[in-house]
Amino acid sequence: MTRFRHLVARDLLTAWRRPGDVLLVLAFFLLAASLFPLGVGPEPQILQRIGPGVLWVAALFAAMLSLDRLFAEDLVDGSLEHLVLAPLPLELAALAKCLAHWLTGGLPLTLMSPALGLLFGLDGSQIAVLAVSLLLGTPSLSLLGGLGAALTLGARRGGALMSLLVLPLAVPVLIFGVGAVEALAGGAGSSNALVLLAAFFLVALASTPWAIAAALRQAVE
Amino acid sequence: MAGMHALANPARFQRFSARALPWSAGLTAILLLVGLYMAFFVAPPDYQQKETVRIMFVHVPAAWWSMAGYAFLAGLGAALLVWKHPLAALMARAAAPVGAAFAATCLITGSFWGRPMWGTWWVWDARLTSMLVLFFLFLGHIALSRAFDSPERGDKAAAILALVGVINLPIIKFSVDWWNTLHQPASVMKLGGTTIHSSILIPLLVMAVAFFMLFVTLVLMRTETEIGRRRLEMAALAAE
Amino acid sequence: MPALNAENLACRRGGRLVFTGLGFGLEQGEALLLTGRNGSGKSSLLRLLALMTPRLRGSLTWTGIEVAEQPEAWRLALAWLGHADAIKPDLTVRESLAGAQLLRKGRLDSLDHALGRFDLTAIADRPGRYLSAGQRRRAALARVMLSGAPIWLLDEPAAGLDEPSRGALHLTLREHMKSGGLAVISTHGDIHLPSARPIDLGEFAPSADALAEDWS
Repeated sequence: MTRFRHLVARDLLTAWRRPGDVLLVLAFFLLAASLFPLGVGPEPQILQRIGPGVLWVAALFAAMLSLDRLFAEDLVDGSLEHLVLAPLPLELAALAKCLAHWLTGGLPLTLMSPALGLLFGLDGSQIAVLAVSLLLGTPSLSLLGGLGAALTLGARRGGALMSLLVLPLAVPVLIFGVGAVEALAGGAGSSNALVLLAAFFLVALASTPWAIAAALRQAVE
Repeated sequence: MAGMHALANPARFQRFSARALPWSAGLTAILLLVGLYMAFFVAPPDYQQKETVRIMFVHVPAAWWSMAGYAFLAGLGAALLVWKHPLAALMARAAAPVGAAFAATCLITGSFWGRPMWGTWWVWDARLTSMLVLFFLFLGHIALSRAFDSPERGDKAAAILALVGVINLPIIKFSVDWWNTLHQPASVMKLGGTTIHSSILIPLLVMAVAFFMLFVTLVLMRTETEIGRRRLEMAALAAE
Repeated sequence: MPALNAENLACRRGGRLVFTGLGFGLEQGEALLLTGRNGSGKSSLLRLLALMTPRLRGSLTWTGIEVAEQPEAWRLALAWLGHADAIKPDLTVRESLAGAQLLRKGRLDSLDHALGRFDLTAIADRPGRYLSAGQRRRAALARVMLSGAPIWLLDEPAAGLDEPSRGALHLTLREHMKSGGLAVISTHGDIHLPSARPIDLGEFAPSADALAEDWS
């Protein structure tokens, strides 16, 4: 466990030394979300209707944006070999990297989402559920994204390919995440969708680390 | 498993497929002819959907075998990663585009079906949407397996993707169904459950078997091509 | 049987057979110098020994036990120096080295000694991105020295080093072997150790028959 913590701490330290990376993701999130009112017009009813979906899709793309630095730099500078050779299960190391990615990606996005919810005229309960759904959903995105990043290590056209791999797998996250907020408007409770989001996270937690580890082993073969 | 082990050797596979291909190709042709004849002339028009219901005889088998095709890809992925069958990689390379083509066939015929039924070429119906996501999963597999300078690396990466994908596929299907009930659109493409009349069921089953044989034939042919291609690459490397 | 014993190793990379029938035995305090032309498989052998590249055939035992059966214990016994130096651009030299050492649950008390050996004390708190190629190599060597691992796998450790640094490398290697350590080192003739045994990988290049048989 101490080694797990050291790995997370090292990635957080790296992110801390390069705050631009995190800010870029947040800026992209803000930009992508604010393009929609410009695209569909400023009518409050429409914006409130599409707001949760738009913010979730924007968060999905923003999460893709930061994936290329998850393992690719480690591959280039040789650290990935040391990660594979480290005497801790590579599955745990992969999990540590994904956790650091979430702490510097999904978590800031979640914290920023209430402000963007206001831009779309969401009411208080919608904003709260949106934030909770992002909190439960973005860890799954970091896990699936970690898989995409590991699978495309050393590939041609890595970035676009990564999105093609990860986004279809992330469809349930998007559906349950938006569904949680929309269930409010429909009068139904959003707890169903939130439970499904959490369940998806557990499945991802159980199934992706070994796949990421296998992909990393292949990348250093 | 003994059979699969025997076929793991490319040379032995080629001897097998040289014998099997004419039979499977012939059977495919006969079944398709019989199935299409029954679909067009034996099956009655639907009292609601009229003649357009006949699209189902292509649409539904394509959907079945594209889904089964993805499960097959995952099985090949396991065979490559766990049992290190060299042939599994080549067969996955051969099968993924066939599965994608089946999924595309399902989507396109679904769109043809939707035009008279819904008055629009595309409806975000649960089945069609799931099939669209499956199509993307196939595309991802194809793109990933061909994205590396070393084909072996592409094979193994795609194998991992297929295994994760097959775990995710039922969840995606569930989530899309869930999403669909949340938005409650018309669902026309439901078959009448277990009470399908035999005049429809038999042509459908014949077409299903025909599509299966088509899948097998195409995969066998394409696997042979992949073996040849890999041989050429090996020869080029050895000549260096 | 020697402490580290390899028999009949064969390796395939990128769909190509690189070497076959390779074997060696190393006692404690011995080093193996891998020589051979580019592409003869020096790096491949090192990666195979580290269990990164899968073995096509052969056995590798450490104190009589097949290493693949206890991979974590084996990895703990290894210090690795690859082509890339694994010095993170955003971390200082000290942080990079300490991070690697903590990852293997190792001790940090000889960190300053290792930094001093490779003349890194003055730049120990400089981020990796500001280091020259030679400085990064020295930092990577200091990490190997710090590891305290009994088996060192070094891929061209002297590449890009100046004369004093090469002296430090030789001194470190002699100390390591005097204390019973083992090393497998790929080299282009720039490593000179009295107790090292050279092995030319060109001698284990696969025959045309083996190539043909490999993929039939």
